[in-house]
Amino acid sequence: MRTVTYTQLLRETLGAALRRDPRVFLMGEDIGVYGGAFGVTRGLVKEFGTERVRDTPISEQALVGTAIGAAAAGSRPVVEIMFMDFITLAVDQLVNMAAKLHYIYGVPCPLIVRTPNGGGRGYGATHSQSLERLFAGVPGIQIAAPATALDASALLQTALLGSNPVLFLEHKLLYPMRWEVPEGLPAPQPFGKARIAREGSQVTIVAWSGMVPQAERAAGALAAEGIHAEVIDLRTLAPLDTGTVVASVRKTGRVLVVEEGPRTGGFAAEVACRVFEAAYDCLDAPIRRLACPDCPLPAAKMLEASCIPNAETIAREVREIMAK
Amino acid sequence: MDILTCHERMLTIRCFEEAVERLFHEGRIGGTAHTCIGQEAVAVGAAAALQPQDAITSTHRGHGHFLALGADPGRLMAELFGRATGYSGGRGGSQMMMDTPRGFYGANGITGGSIPFAAGLALDAKMRATGRVALCFFGDGASNQGVFHETLNLATLWKLPVVFLCENNGYAMSTAAKRGLSNPHVVERATAYGMASAHADGNDLLAVKQAVADALQHARGGQGPVLLECRTYRLSGHSRGDKREYRHANEESEAWQREPIRQLEAYLKAQKLADDAALSARHDAARVRIEAAIRFAETSPLPDPASVTEGVYA
Repeated sequence: MRTVTYTQLLRETLGAALRRDPRVFLMGEDIGVYGGAFGVTRGLVKEFGTERVRDTPISEQALVGTAIGAAAAGSRPVVEIMFMDFITLAVDQLVNMAAKLHYIYGVPCPLIVRTPNGGGRGYGATHSQSLERLFAGVPGIQIAAPATALDASALLQTALLGSNPVLFLEHKLLYPMRWEVPEGLPAPQPFGKARIAREGSQVTIVAWSGMVPQAERAAGALAAEGIHAEVIDLRTLAPLDTGTVVASVRKTGRVLVVEEGPRTGGFAAEVACRVFEAAYDCLDAPIRRLACPDCPLPAAKMLEASCIPNAETIAREVREIMAK
Repeated sequence: MDILTCHERMLTIRCFEEAVERLFHEGRIGGTAHTCIGQEAVAVGAAAALQPQDAITSTHRGHGHFLALGADPGRLMAELFGRATGYSGGRGGSQMMMDTPRGFYGANGITGGSIPFAAGLALDAKMRATGRVALCFFGDGASNQGVFHETLNLATLWKLPVVFLCENNGYAMSTAAKRGLSNPHVVERATAYGMASAHADGNDLLAVKQAVADALQHARGGQGPVLLECRTYRLSGHSRGDKREYRHANEESEAWQREPIRQLEAYLKAQKLADDAALSARHDAARVRIEAAIRFAETSPLPDPASVTEGVYA
């Protein structure tokens, strides 16, 4: 066993892919010598050179569009968008080109767009968003949101072996977290398979990305009070493993869906609806969502913290569900 | 591609596009389509200069580019008829078709959307040393998209083997170039990026072919991208239902005097490559080809709605 960070395992996974497959290359803003804003690609340019670890101008639409063209021609580009907020500049290319290449034209698009999502660092309203909701309603794009270092590596490997555009969410607060893992890299894990992060029998908490560790902490605190919560880490939002969530709710009869991002129009609503469609007869309490309020995420630490769900607010929400 | 084959393809495009307008008028096809009557020399002149490994990207007005590469008019027409035999099996329609083995990487419904895609084809070609050059068609309207400027900068910076061919037909839908471009010479935008550039008369087949051949050679030789502007004129409306009220009374009749097929035929006769009888026979043959294409399309099976969700993912 060894101790690694999320960042480190991502870097090792990218390095292994670059070594294994000459068609793989990385591109993004300041990913070379600088190593990316969060250091994920640090050092890779030394081994693989500036062609395959390619710094780009600050031109998100052009760099994503260029990556899509290269992918359609047979390359396997891995793009880094420095902050997920900046992906808005490339939405046309992702939505109108990448998502439609296979369905309309029959041309595979093995493109990965890695991007740090989420708040908690006080970076303000344009460096902190979780915008996966914008893409969850676009058929043709897969969305991975790994919450652990092992899953980050396992799902990234799957994306690297696949033939589809993948939006790969890396929550900023997960980057420096440490995990005890076996030597080497984990085996690839299939998309569309949720993980039961903690077993429980009385209430289900569904989360993904940076909300998973918060949900796990909440479940730990609740256990001390005699409330046994099951935590489900979705791992991928598209495809979405409805089956695992529904099976859990059938067992517990109660469910809380936690999302970092504004409440209205969020992905939690999709999860909640699917649960209701498939298991309304098993519900002992109304489905609840915990999300950010419907406002831009402010920069000041206490204001930001007042918006984003955390272990304490999750636990409070679960207690209320249990009281029903 | 020899000059008579070029002439044949230009006639195929002209007849195809005239048929498309007629079929819309008769209500036999639906949806939308943008025709390129009057712009045939740009498409065919460029195609004639390509090598087999090269690739092109197209626009919302893409039938001509595709036919210039030798696409099957029957399958193209079938796509407009929404048939299973169409290039996209009816899923794409007029604006969304590809045929990658032929080097045709797509018409695209987003104005300027293919510009970075073409740079990506070129990046792949450069990294894998395939000897391919990507040729990117776009219009005067697309030159106002931000991604055009982003991509010109990036392609020059990386010395990508790509030729950006601005098919300046004078109009972005109804907006005349002089009302949409602060500088009407799109080609001059290359200067800002330190990119090589050239222009050619887009109604002169041989001039286009030569200019594209030179640009391809420049790009293939590792000297980086080229911005090429070919001025032409869209003799058709933007799309179905365009009454062209934004044009002067005599504008189109004057433009017909300069249209590319007439110019090429004057050249063919002067060079004794074809006489009036031969040209007339070629026009008839083109009409027969397109009538056959329509028959093929109309008699082709419809796509199966049960398959509509298949293939979203590879």
